[in-house]
Amino acid sequence: MRHFDYARAESPQQAVAAHGSDRDAAFLAGGTTLLDLVKLDVMQPQKVVDINGVDLTTIERLDDGRLRIGAMVTNTALARDERVVEDYAVLSQALLAGASTQLRNKATTGGNIMQRVRCPYFRDGVSACNKREPGSGCAAIGGVNRTVHAVLGTSDACIATHPSDMCVAMAAIGATVEVQGPEGSREIDFGDFHLLPGDTPAREHALEPGELITHVVLEAPIHGSRSAYLKLRDRQSYQFALASSAVIVRMDGDIIREARVAMGGVGTKPWRAPEVEAALKDRTASEALFANAARLAFEKATAYSQNGYKIPLGQQAIVRNLSDLTAA
Amino acid sequence: MSDKQHSIIGAGVPRIDGPDKLAGRANYAADNLPADMAYGYGVFSTIAKGKVARIKVDEAKRMPGVIDIFHHGHFPSLYRTPSSFAQGNKVEETRLPFEDERVYYEGQFVALVVADSFENARAAARHVEVEYAAESAVANLAQGLDDNGTQAGSGNHSRGDAPGAFEDAAASIDVTYHTPVETHNPMEMHASVAYWDAQGNLTIYDASQGVVVERNALSKIFAIAPERITVHAPYIGSGFGSKLWTWPHAVATAAVAREVERPVQLVVPRQQMFTTTGHRPETRQRMRLATDANGRLVSLRHESINTTSFTDQYVETCGSVTKSLYSCPNLTVSHATTQVNRGTPTSMRAPGAAPGLFALESAIDEMALAAGVDPVQFRLDNYAERDESQDLDFSSNHIVEATKQAAERFGWHDRNPQIGSMREGREIVGYGMAACNWEALKRPCDARVSLRADGTAFASCATQDIGTGTYTIVAQAVSDVTGIPIDRITVKLGDSSYPDGPISGGSWATATTLPAIAGAARNALDEMKRYATGDNGVFAGASSDELDVVDGGLRNAGGKQVSFAEILDAARYGSADGEAHTEAADSQYSYRSFGAHFVEVRWDPGISHLRVSRVVSAIDVGRVINETTARNQVEGAVVMGIGMGLFEATEYDERNGRPVNNDYAEYVVPVHADQPEIDVILLDYPDLAFNEYGARGIGEIGITGLSAAIGNAVHHATGKRIRELPITLDKLMDDVPQAQSA
Repeated sequence: MRHFDYARAESPQQAVAAHGSDRDAAFLAGGTTLLDLVKLDVMQPQKVVDINGVDLTTIERLDDGRLRIGAMVTNTALARDERVVEDYAVLSQALLAGASTQLRNKATTGGNIMQRVRCPYFRDGVSACNKREPGSGCAAIGGVNRTVHAVLGTSDACIATHPSDMCVAMAAIGATVEVQGPEGSREIDFGDFHLLPGDTPAREHALEPGELITHVVLEAPIHGSRSAYLKLRDRQSYQFALASSAVIVRMDGDIIREARVAMGGVGTKPWRAPEVEAALKDRTASEALFANAARLAFEKATAYSQNGYKIPLGQQAIVRNLSDLTAA
Repeated sequence: MSDKQHSIIGAGVPRIDGPDKLAGRANYAADNLPADMAYGYGVFSTIAKGKVARIKVDEAKRMPGVIDIFHHGHFPSLYRTPSSFAQGNKVEETRLPFEDERVYYEGQFVALVVADSFENARAAARHVEVEYAAESAVANLAQGLDDNGTQAGSGNHSRGDAPGAFEDAAASIDVTYHTPVETHNPMEMHASVAYWDAQGNLTIYDASQGVVVERNALSKIFAIAPERITVHAPYIGSGFGSKLWTWPHAVATAAVAREVERPVQLVVPRQQMFTTTGHRPETRQRMRLATDANGRLVSLRHESINTTSFTDQYVETCGSVTKSLYSCPNLTVSHATTQVNRGTPTSMRAPGAAPGLFALESAIDEMALAAGVDPVQFRLDNYAERDESQDLDFSSNHIVEATKQAAERFGWHDRNPQIGSMREGREIVGYGMAACNWEALKRPCDARVSLRADGTAFASCATQDIGTGTYTIVAQAVSDVTGIPIDRITVKLGDSSYPDGPISGGSWATATTLPAIAGAARNALDEMKRYATGDNGVFAGASSDELDVVDGGLRNAGGKQVSFAEILDAARYGSADGEAHTEAADSQYSYRSFGAHFVEVRWDPGISHLRVSRVVSAIDVGRVINETTARNQVEGAVVMGIGMGLFEATEYDERNGRPVNNDYAEYVVPVHADQPEIDVILLDYPDLAFNEYGARGIGEIGITGLSAAIGNAVHHATGKRIRELPITLDKLMDDVPQAQSA
């Protein structure tokens, strides 16, 4: 069998120390991505640092109203947390729209942020893939790209979507990622955490080697707001989004005072759409307004051989979500 | 058989194998771990066409635990099986594993590592270096037609003058349908565990829907007598046809087990279950239909082409139902194949009929619209009253009643035929329907039944229970004949050393097995009566004719009743045994099953969301043997039909022929949340011309026609006629942006 070193950490400090700055080391949380990709021989960590013994499982309300979530809080626990259900419905719904019950019971908050793309050409270990083997090309362009490939934020090097639902909700809510590394702790704005593929799709996030996500801090809920996650896919469950929207609105009568919109299934990262938000702000809710605003999100979209439908579908995900949320 | 005894037939007896499955006591192929077992792991081709130019195993061979590494330059010499259905030694892929250096499809075995653990075998497999001389692959049906045209298929039929009648008709359509490759994807992986004893006898545990045929095929391949091979498959985690015939992995496992002189286990990874264990092929079907001024079919042509491999011809007989479902004097059905670089296709639930009725029943809907007739009425007007393709009467045909009953239950009369006219909130409701149909088959069968001194019964037959309930209905048949309660009957299946039974396919296991079981049980009863009336018997001196079988015992005219156990005890015998052989169905009638599906879909254009919301199916399969398992078969087939209609397709990269969506996440089948309200009506008219139980089999008919009913409902809701499965949401959207050509 393929041998690797295994260490079990009891604290973030221990975990970081055990990991070091070794690029061939990997943290093991729920394992729903890592074990999968190791079995497929797509990831070959030489060292695995198990962080399931690290106590990062609490959710706490900070004095400034923000919600601080431990990286090892499971997707199930987060989705069912009363404060999340009350104040961040969009997050609870997004989590429950993802994966299956068994996977959500294992998957963690930090791990969900770190999950890797579902592009079959990345996962097959054979095809050209700049993520897996930089410089080899992108087989998805011109190949089978109907479901898990993006129309926003793509490059000639990579078109895979970021698969997470949770992250789309977090992108809409606004959040800070707290990390600990060999050089100490730092914070990364959620919007800066995931990187566009550009010419370097193998580089997927802002973490330096050896840095560990310890918490995600959600921005304080917008007083008087409503939120929802709408996920569109072929089957009703257990499929990654073809297109999804996370929407938060604060209404004043039928006027939208504030809107936050993010999208999944269409972008190479969890896709916040500030141009849509700006177009909605202080405007009277109407289907025509929603349609015009949603169109703005896709002005720079690129259709590939099989996924052009995501451009209208993504707009539908925004329009319907807004329509339901703003209905009296 | 008294009416009272017959009450067990048709009853919803719970599965007798259920407790073992729930408790984990049911051993599937890969659960067998004989002592000193080694593990195999395959190296699979990463090109779809070409040659293995060089294979380097030195480094891999030095890895921990590796016992040997086999490939085309290092593999025992075997023989091909003639692959005859009649001889019972059929395989779908006749090429032997590692026969030469040629690669015919992606995911073909090019090497096999044997090591002391699964992990070591897999790790070493990843260090086998294979250099290929790749050639340009034929990646799909269209490329196959361009590259090498077609080969004539089988199952063709012609009567009258279809082209001539088409020209003169009042209304006509000429449309082409396309169905993609679908992959069976049973939950249980294909797996084999094989070992040879010192005398050269082979034992193999295999995920098999046909232990006898596998034994016979292996007998040919290893050139040893069938008696020296035992194939075990007591439990199968479903197969849907993919486990009917022996695939290369089972041959390879048996071969290398002999070489390394240890038991070897090989499990086919999920990814290669898309390549080397069969699939339903891609089809293109041209349908030309025409009616007279009264809406009667006057011309029907069904021309089908399916993909096959370069090593074997598999014909998907899409027109098999078209020959006889509708009355039409001028009719042509033809099948052809085109070769592509994929593994050999095989039967998948309702082979031929499932894709064939998508085309036929969609086309009938189109024809009805063109003729201006309601689709239900059109079918009622045109259903055949006898099998015009064979010039035979049907043994029993209640399709008119099935159609009318299902229409009534569904509420077809509420349908507004106007496209898109039925709305509920944001959703547009569509109603569609289709006929379903499947040939009823019955094969030769042997069986054995023992009535034992402890009051129990034992029945055995070398057929299989593939999760459908065969164990249970065999027990019901034994109970029916002997009066012994179900919980005192042991049924053993899935072992080639039992009396020869049928493959579990074609929906023929029930009709084939039960008469043989009943015959064996009656022969055991005759033996029991001889013991009872013999010198030491409890009814010594009486005539067997005077004895009735009552509740697991015999009773004479005087009312004296003695249990089988007491009879055997008195005669000092351990058991009364019976065997029986029953023959294939005769050709006195055309034996077919019939039915109709009615489907409601809901289309929400605002979010391009399509779902099947309601299904009513009326099924005429002769007598229902077990209400619970029968209903389960139809419900499961309806769900599978929803998958076929909306989701399922194995996607091949057109540039190199590689199957891309080769896992459970990306190959989309329905989940629980996709399952609508399903209302199954079982007509339950015994077909006593077919067999003594009047049962015709129920495994496949439920999937036939279902995807067409969905497509017809989608057309009613959206006005869009989707002639290419699956009906995914992007096909229903308007103004979809296209990729800029690079």
